[in-house]
Formats: sequence, C-alpha cells, structure tokens
Amino acid sequence: MTTRPADTSTPGPRLRAEKVTLGYDQRVITEGLSVDIPDHSFTVVVGPNACGKSTLLRALARLLKPAQGRVLLDGRAIGTRPAKEVARTLGLLPQSSVAPDGITVSALVARGRYPHQGLLRQWSAEDERIVEESMAATGVAPLAGRRVDELSGGQRQRVWIAMALAQQTPLLLLDEPTTYLDIQHQLDVLDLCAHLHEEGGRTLVAVLHDLNQAARYATHLVAMRDGRIEAQGPPREVITAELVERVFGVRCRIIEDPESGTPLVVPADRRRRGAGAGGLTGGSAAAARPAATPAP
Amino acid sequence: MSAGSREAKLTTVRTARGGLSLRLDARAALVGAALLLVALAAGVVLVGTGDYAIAPGDVLRTLLGHGNPGQDFIIRQLRLPRVLVALLVGAALGMAGAAFQTVARNPLGSPDVIGFGQGSAAGALFVIVVLHGSSLAVSAGAVTGGLLTGLAVYLLAWQRGVQGYRLVLVGIGGSAILAAVNSYLLVKANFVDVARAVIWISGSLDGRDWAQVWPLLGVCAVLMPLLLAQGRDLRITEMGDDAARALGVRVERVRFTAVLCAVLLTAAATAAAGPIAFVALTAPQLARRLTRSPGVGLLPSALMGAALLVLADLAAQRAFGAGQVPVGVATGVLGGGYLLWLLVQERRAGRI
Repeated sequence: MTTRPADTSTPGPRLRAEKVTLGYDQRVITEGLSVDIPDHSFTVVVGPNACGKSTLLRALARLLKPAQGRVLLDGRAIGTRPAKEVARTLGLLPQSSVAPDGITVSALVARGRYPHQGLLRQWSAEDERIVEESMAATGVAPLAGRRVDELSGGQRQRVWIAMALAQQTPLLLLDEPTTYLDIQHQLDVLDLCAHLHEEGGRTLVAVLHDLNQAARYATHLVAMRDGRIEAQGPPREVITAELVERVFGVRCRIIEDPESGTPLVVPADRRRRGAGAGGLTGGSAAAARPAATPAP
Repeated sequence: MSAGSREAKLTTVRTARGGLSLRLDARAALVGAALLLVALAAGVVLVGTGDYAIAPGDVLRTLLGHGNPGQDFIIRQLRLPRVLVALLVGAALGMAGAAFQTVARNPLGSPDVIGFGQGSAAGALFVIVVLHGSSLAVSAGAVTGGLLTGLAVYLLAWQRGVQGYRLVLVGIGGSAILAAVNSYLLVKANFVDVARAVIWISGSLDGRDWAQVWPLLGVCAVLMPLLLAQGRDLRITEMGDDAARALGVRVERVRFTAVLCAVLLTAAATAAAGPIAFVALTAPQLARRLTRSPGVGLLPSALMGAALLVLADLAAQRAFGAGQVPVGVATGVLGGGYLLWLLVQERRAGRI
C-alpha cells in the first residue's frame, strides 16, 4: 500500500481539523489551521480575546462550516455525516443557550437524549436511567422538578452540562463553561469536567479564559493568537514566561502552583516597575515592546 | 419523575424489550380532548343557530341521517359547511401560529402581527379593486399575497439564519407598509368594490359553502401531518441554534419546513374566510397556559384555534343576530384585549 493511510485504519485522533480556514461572511478569522485533539485528553484552548479560539471550537463542533479545509471526526468529514449520528459521538455546551419558558430541570436534561430517540423510541428505560445519572453526576438531581428560569447562574450551568452529559458522547466540547460564574462555581464546573474526563475516559475540549485554571486542569493545552496556534502540549511544557508574553502580551513570572504543582502565571506588576509605556497596551503592540526590565 | 414537579406528568408506554417506547403528556392529551369536545359541541350549537333555530338534538339526528328533509337541507347545504370552515380555519390558524411563535421564539411572532394577514388582504384587494375578479380569483389573490409576504419577511429577516426579534420587527415593518397599500386600494376603489372589499377584509364566515370546505380540508390534510412531524425537532430549536445543532437537529431545514407549512396554512385559511384576526396569536398561548407545557404545542394550539373561532362566531351570532357581526370583528375585539394583556406580561418579564 503506497497510498496515504486514510479513514478507518488511521491511528490518529478521533477529532482533528485539517488546514481549515474559518470566518464569518467575508471576515477571515483563521487560515490553514490544523489541530489534533488527543484522544482521552482534557484539552483546553486559551488565547486573548478574538484570537479565534471559540471560532475553532465552533468549527470542531460543526456549527461553523470551514471555507477551506475540513474537520474530521473518526476519519470522515464532519459536515457530510448525518447530523444525529454526529450528535451521538460529539456533544457541545454552547456559550449561549435558551431554556424554553417554564421548562423543568429534568425535562431540559431529558432533551439531551434527543439524538438517541426517534418516533417509536421516545423515552426508553435507558433514557430515563441516563438522565437520572447525568443529574446525579452534576449534582442537580435535587433540583429535578424545579423550573430552570428560577435557578441561579451556577445551578443553571450545571443543568446545561447535565444535558450535554445525557447525550452520552465520548467527545464533549465546552465553549467558555465558566463565564459569568463566581470563583466557587467556576471551580465546581472545572472539577466536574476533570471528573468526567478521569472517570468516564471522555475527550473534553474547553475554551477557557483563565490561564491558571487552564494550567491546573488541562492535560493538553493549545495556545492561540491571531488565528494561529502558538504552542500546544502538556501545560508544564507549554506555559513559559516567554509564551505568555508572546500570546497575551503580558510579562510575568511562572512559579509552581503550591496546590497542584502545575505552572502558575504571576503577571508582573506594571504600576510599580513602570516598565515600558505602562498603562493600556494593545495585544499586538505588546510583543514588540522594548524589554526594559526582564522579569526575574 | 420527582414529586412536587409543577410540570405536567408524562406517561410512558414501553414494550417489554424496549424496542418501542412512547411518551405522552397526560395533561396535554386531556386538554386536547376537552378542547376538541368544546369545539365540536359549539359547532353543533352553531349549526342550530340562525333565523331558523334548530335544537342541538335535531342537529345531531340530522347529521346522522335521520332528520326531516327541510332541516336536512338547511343543515347540510347551508350551515354545516360554514361551521366546518370555521373549525378548519381556526385549527389552521392555531397551528400556524404555534409554528411561527416557536420559530420566532416569541409570542408576538404570529402571522397576524408580522404582516401575513395584511399581505393576504393586499392580494385580495388588488383582485377586487383592480382586476374586479371572481370570488375564486379573490381567494387566489389572498393566497398569493400571503405567500409573497411570507417569503419577503423571511428573506428580509434572514442573516445567517432567522432570529426571533428580527422576524417580528421586519414583519411589523412590512405589515405597516401593506396596511398603507391596502388603504390606498380602498380609497381608489369604486363604491361597489369597496363594499365587497370591506366585507372580505373583516374576515367572515357568512355564505361559506362546500366550495370553501374541500380545498381547505385538502390543504389541512396534507400540511398538518407534515408540520406535526417537525414538532419534536421544532421544540429542540427553542433552545437556541447552537444547542439544537449540537443535538443533531438540522435547524435551518426544520425551520424552513415549519415556516413554509405555516405560511401555506395561513394563506389557505385566509383564502377561505378572509383575514381573521388574532386567532393565530392567542390560540397557542391560551393552549400553553392550559397544558402548562414548556413552549407552544402544535396540536393543542390547533384544537384551541378551532374552539376559539367557533365560540367567537357563536357569541357574535347570539349577541347580534345571524349575519350581523363578521367573526373577524369578534376575534379582533377578543384578541386585541389579549394582545394588550400579553404586552403588559412581556414587559413585566423584562422581554420588551
């Protein structure tokens, strides 16, 4: 066999993007981007605002069709596969969802079973068991009969995660799952994700804003800037002072997180050192800024 | 399901090996059955209502084929088709309203509000005033006007998919323009045409016969099952496009099919009875409050629409005498009051 290994026998990861060009209308966000999502990893995508990380996630979740290139799920272009079949393999927690008026927690979580259901298979015993398990795993079982619109933000996010869980997909994508949550609920959600990853062997891909949380929870980190991948790999190898400055335009020290032993990013105090121009610096200008006092 | 749940209880039927499992909302089924009963009972009373009153018992006897020849003629030829048109128009408007409100994710996204009524009226008025066409041509004009308006609103509101508020706002804008066109057509028309046009745009059941029943029945028989088949997918789209796509729903296709069916149902209903106001707006919301289900249901809305329209016609005929007040006026008064109430509710909920 001299042909390029393709489709079934490919030992590559289940989810990958191949030279994708992504954008909205005429605006190109990223060009010719390739990325592999390692199987059974907890992959976290980080980067400054508008770096294209959510766009990449949307493409991986087949919500955004690449202008060029393709996203492959199990070796086949994701857009050409039946929508329900993909939904049984790949789940997504979108950034914004709307709970229908007056819907209860259990009814919303039950909707996660949709891709497994049909006209004659509307609510099997398995559906019922999985919905109950999903609510138990996310700690929303006591809220089962409550209306979603009466819940707090943290509770609501856990309900949506429960819905995505009920979908029972080996791959789960989460678009900024901790946004708008306070620190306690952020940690709750991330602990839950880590648990799902470790216990269920699921492959998780999340977009996160907090670099230190990403470093603590991710097994595989993808750092993006201006639509390109700047670095990827285990957080310990990826997170360096040089990379953080290059990607985020922030000078910092990297110390060991005393709790988890993972890298901890401590930004330089720009007020006391008076380094460079000080004050507000645009992301792109930061990399070219003269290094007056290198961080120790 | 857990105790203390405020949602309707769901009843599940499964075969032993789990190959077949059906889920039924018991409360919605009960409400649906009750609405059907009310619609049919009111229909029977309505058949007996008029200058020559017939007792409900005699109506039933005649419908079963045991009536006297005089009553038989009045019921079968004059009054039954009118009531059937009322039931079908109400059901079509109710179901179309539910589909639109689901797509728009907003109770205001009803055909009435977003200009289809005005569009159908513009088509009909054009045929009456400019072409002086037959009543069949007027119906065709109404269908064409409704379809063109529906298409225009959908395309204008399109921007990488259709969103609720854009649909509502574009529709309200289109509605205002069409209302102006309609006024212009009425001003330009001669005396005879104006009389005919005004009766048509009020929405009336008077003088409806079997010629209106059959086409309407045909349209409903095809489109209602088609729309109901989209019901499950349509409910998922209420959660937002991304969430629905993630669950494997082909959002745009489902939405387009639903809008197309709803536009055709509305146009067919309007062709048969004129633009009857507010049934499409009120029926889904009233049904939802009775069934207590999240989102509006297609079937309960259709049954509520049928019951509403027959009851409104019955009320108008009983209060003002047969043929005095067109049913569109009655539903307009009832629906207008409901719309005000809805706007106040929406504002309280912070959505306006």
